[in-house]
Amino acid sequence: MANSTIAISEKSYLEEGTTKKASGIASWLFSTDHKRIGIMYLITISAFFFIGVLLGVLMRLELIAPGETIMDAQTYNVIFTLHGVIMIFLFIIPGIPAVFGNFFLPLQLGAKDVAFPRLNLLSFWIYLIGAALVLISLFVQGGPIDTGWTFYIPYSVRTNTNVSLAIFAAFVLGFSSILTGLNFVTTVHRLRAPGMSYFKMPLFVWSTYATAWIQVIATPVVGITILLVILERYFGVGIFDPALGGDPILFQHMFWIYSHPAVYIMILPAMGVVSEIIPTFARRTIFGYRAIAMSSLAIAFIGYLVWAHHMFTSGMSQTATIIFSFLTFLVALPSAIKVFNWVATMYKGSIDPKPPFLWVMSFIFLFTIGGLTGLVLGALVTDIHVHDTYFVVAHFHYVMFGGTGTIFFAALYYWFPKITGKMYNIKIATIGAALFFIAFNTLYFPKFILGYMGMPRRYYDYLPEFTNLQIISTIGSWLMLITIVLIMYNLLSAFFNGKKSEANPWGGVTLEWHTDSPPPLENFHEIPEVTKEPYDFSQLKTMKHVPKGEEYE
Amino acid sequence: MSNHTAELTHEVHRDDVGARMGMWLFLFTELLLFGGMFLVYAVYRHEFIDQFRIAAMALNTTVGALNTIILLTSSLTVALSIAALQKGNKSLSIMLLVMTNILAVAFMINKYFEWSEKFQHGIYPGSETLLNLPDGQILFYGLYYVMTGLHGLHVIIGLIFLSIVMVFIFTGSVNKDSYVKLENAGLYWHLVDLIWIFLFPLFYLIQ
Amino acid sequence: MQDNHSHENHEISYSTYLLVWVSLIAFTSITVAVAGINLGDYTLFVALCIAALKSGLVINIFMHIKFEDPIFKVFIGISIFTLIVIFTLTFFDYFYR
Repeated sequence: MANSTIAISEKSYLEEGTTKKASGIASWLFSTDHKRIGIMYLITISAFFFIGVLLGVLMRLELIAPGETIMDAQTYNVIFTLHGVIMIFLFIIPGIPAVFGNFFLPLQLGAKDVAFPRLNLLSFWIYLIGAALVLISLFVQGGPIDTGWTFYIPYSVRTNTNVSLAIFAAFVLGFSSILTGLNFVTTVHRLRAPGMSYFKMPLFVWSTYATAWIQVIATPVVGITILLVILERYFGVGIFDPALGGDPILFQHMFWIYSHPAVYIMILPAMGVVSEIIPTFARRTIFGYRAIAMSSLAIAFIGYLVWAHHMFTSGMSQTATIIFSFLTFLVALPSAIKVFNWVATMYKGSIDPKPPFLWVMSFIFLFTIGGLTGLVLGALVTDIHVHDTYFVVAHFHYVMFGGTGTIFFAALYYWFPKITGKMYNIKIATIGAALFFIAFNTLYFPKFILGYMGMPRRYYDYLPEFTNLQIISTIGSWLMLITIVLIMYNLLSAFFNGKKSEANPWGGVTLEWHTDSPPPLENFHEIPEVTKEPYDFSQLKTMKHVPKGEEYE
Repeated sequence: MSNHTAELTHEVHRDDVGARMGMWLFLFTELLLFGGMFLVYAVYRHEFIDQFRIAAMALNTTVGALNTIILLTSSLTVALSIAALQKGNKSLSIMLLVMTNILAVAFMINKYFEWSEKFQHGIYPGSETLLNLPDGQILFYGLYYVMTGLHGLHVIIGLIFLSIVMVFIFTGSVNKDSYVKLENAGLYWHLVDLIWIFLFPLFYLIQ
Repeated sequence: MQDNHSHENHEISYSTYLLVWVSLIAFTSITVAVAGINLGDYTLFVALCIAALKSGLVINIFMHIKFEDPIFKVFIGISIFTLIVIFTLTFFDYFYR
C-alpha cells in the first residue's frame, strides 16, 4: 500500500497552537511553539531584508554617476549606515539560526521543542523591540545615525545624530541573540532523542550548536562596548577619548572582538544547511562527517583569534598586525575542509539539480571567491592598499550575501515543503536561482576592480575613471531587485495558492523528514528512536514518507 | 477530529540540570560583559600604572574590605538557604534569604556613601575637578564609576531575583522537592560576589 | 538520559559552607595585608592569585560545580579560556606599542 503523503487525522502546527485561542494573531504572537516562532522570525527578518535591499538600490542609484545624483552626502551617510545596521543586526545575524535553527533544531534532534520555549518567545519579542527602536531612532531628535554600522569612536561620540538610541537597539537585539544561543546549547545537550549520540546529530545541528556558543560568548563584548559609547555621549567618561587619556583603538578592539566572531554566527549555520542539502540531492551520505562537525567547532574557536585583521591600518602595534595576519590565514583551513568534503560527497553521487541544490552550487562558487579575497585582505602588504576600499565591500558581500544570503534562499527552497506542506513552481525557482547568480556577480564583481583601482568605501562621490564600473554595478542592483521580487513572488504564491506537496519530496533522511509536512504541533507522533547514521539513505526503504515513485512495499 | 490535543501541550517535562545549564550559560554572558570592562581596566592600568596608584589612594580600603566581607557573607547565607530548603526547613530558608537581601542593601548603602563622598569632592565624570587631574586618574575614576556602577546594578537585579524566589518559597511553589529556581537565583548572586572579588583588589589595593 | 538526581542527592552540610566562608574571609584578610607590603610587580599577580583561589571556592562549593555534571566544568573552561585568549591577543598590541 502506498505511503500516505499527508497525515489527515492529526492537525499540523499551523492549525493547532500552544495558546488557548486556536487562531488569530494572538495565537501566533503568544505561541511558544518553536515552529511558529521560526515563522514569525521569517516574516520580520524577510521584511527587514527587503528594506535593506531597497536601501542598497538607493545607494547604487546615487552611485550611478559621480557627484551628487539623488541625495546629498549626509543622506548618503545615513543610508549606508542604515543599510548596514538593518542587514547585519536585523537580517543576517538572527537570519538562519532564528528562522531555520528555531524551526528545525528540535525536529532534527527528535525533540518536541527547544529547552526553554517561553524564553524562545521572549527572544522574539526582544527582537521586535530592538527592531522598533531602530525604526524609532530614524525619527527622533538628531536624526538617523550616520556613523556607518561600525559606529567608530570618535565620530560616534561627536555626531549629533541619534547614535545612542540606534546602538541601544543593537544592544537589545544582542539580548535576543544571546537568549537564542543559550536555548540552543541547552537543547542540544538535554533534548536529543533516544539513541542520538553527539556523533549521530545532523551537521546542521553541529553548526547551529557552534553558532550558539558564539552568540553566548561574543555578544556581551559588543554589549559593553555599546554601553561605553552611550555613557561617553552622555557623561564624557573618557574611556575612548584621547584628550582624557583614552584610546580610540581600544574601541576598535572591543568592537571587533564581537564583530568578527559575529561573521561566523552568520556563516556557520549556512554551512550547516549546505551539509544537509548536498547529501540529499546527491543521494549519498556525507563525506567526512566527523571532519565537518569538528570543523564547525574549529571555525568557532579560531574565529575568536583573528579580530584585529579589521585594524591593520588603525595604528596598533606592528607585532599585533603580524600575529593577527598569521592567525587569519589559519581560519581558512577548517573552511576548506568543509568545501573539500562537500565536493567529495557529490563525486559519483546521483545529482538531482533541484533549486536547493542549484543555490548550493551558487554558494560554493560565490563563497570561494569571498573566502579567497579574504586572504588578500588578511595579508598585510595587500591589505594596506585595499583596506577601506570597494575591495573590502566586494569581499564581504561575496561571503555574507553570496554566502549566507544565498543559503538563506537555499534553506527556504529546501525546507519550504516541510514548513508549509506545499510546493512552489520549480521552473520559476530555477530561473530565480540562475538570475540571482548573474545579478550578484554583475552587482559585486566590479567592486573588486574598483577597490583595487582605489575607490574608497562609504563615499558618495568618485573620480570619473570609476564611472563605467559603477554603472555596471548599478545595473546589477536592478537585476538583483528583480530577482528578489521574483523569488518572493515564487514563494508567497506557493504559500497562498501552491499545490499540496508530498511530505518528503526530496528524499531527505534526517529526522524532520520522518514526520508529516507540515509537522504536527509536538513534531512527532511518537518520539523517534535513533539507530542509523544521519545521512544513511537506506532509511528510505523503511521511512513513512518517501518521494513519490520511490515507495517500497 | 480528536480533542486530546489540548492536553499534550501541558505535559511538563522537568529538567533541573537543563535549567541550571541555561543559567550558567547566562552567567557566562555576564562574565564576558564584565570581562570586557576588565580588559579596558587592564589596558589603561598598563599604560598609567603610577596615576592609577595615586588615584587608588583616594579610595577607602576599609569600606572596600567591609563590602567584600558583606558580599562573601551574603553568598554564605544564600548557599545556606538552599541547604535549609533541601532539609525541608522552609522558614530558615526564607530567613537566610532575608539576611542575604539585608546584606545586599548594606552593600548598596556603603556604595552610596562612597560615591557621595566623591561627588562632594567634585570627582565625577565630566566634572571640572576631575578633568583637571592627570589623564591616568581621569581614566581610573571613569573605570571606577562604570565598573562599580554596573556591578551595583547587578546587585539590585540580584536582590530582585532573590526576593521573587523568596515569595515562591513562601507560597510553596519552590520547595524541598523543587528548588531549582532558588539554586539559579543563588548562582546569579554568587556571580555578583565573584565580580566583586576581582573588583576589590583592582581598585582598592593598588597602593 | 535525564539525570536530575546525581546532583540533587548531594546535600552540602551547613558546616562545609561555613568552613568555606571562613576560608574566604581569611583569604580576604591576606589580600589586604599583602597589599601593604611592597612586592613591586608581583603585588598584582599575588592579589589576582588569591582572588582566583577565592573564586575557585565560590564556584566549586557555593555554586556546586564540584558536584555537577562534568560538562559544566567544560563550559566554564571554555568561557575562561576565551577571556584569556582575548586578553592575550589584545596585549600583543599594547605591550608592543
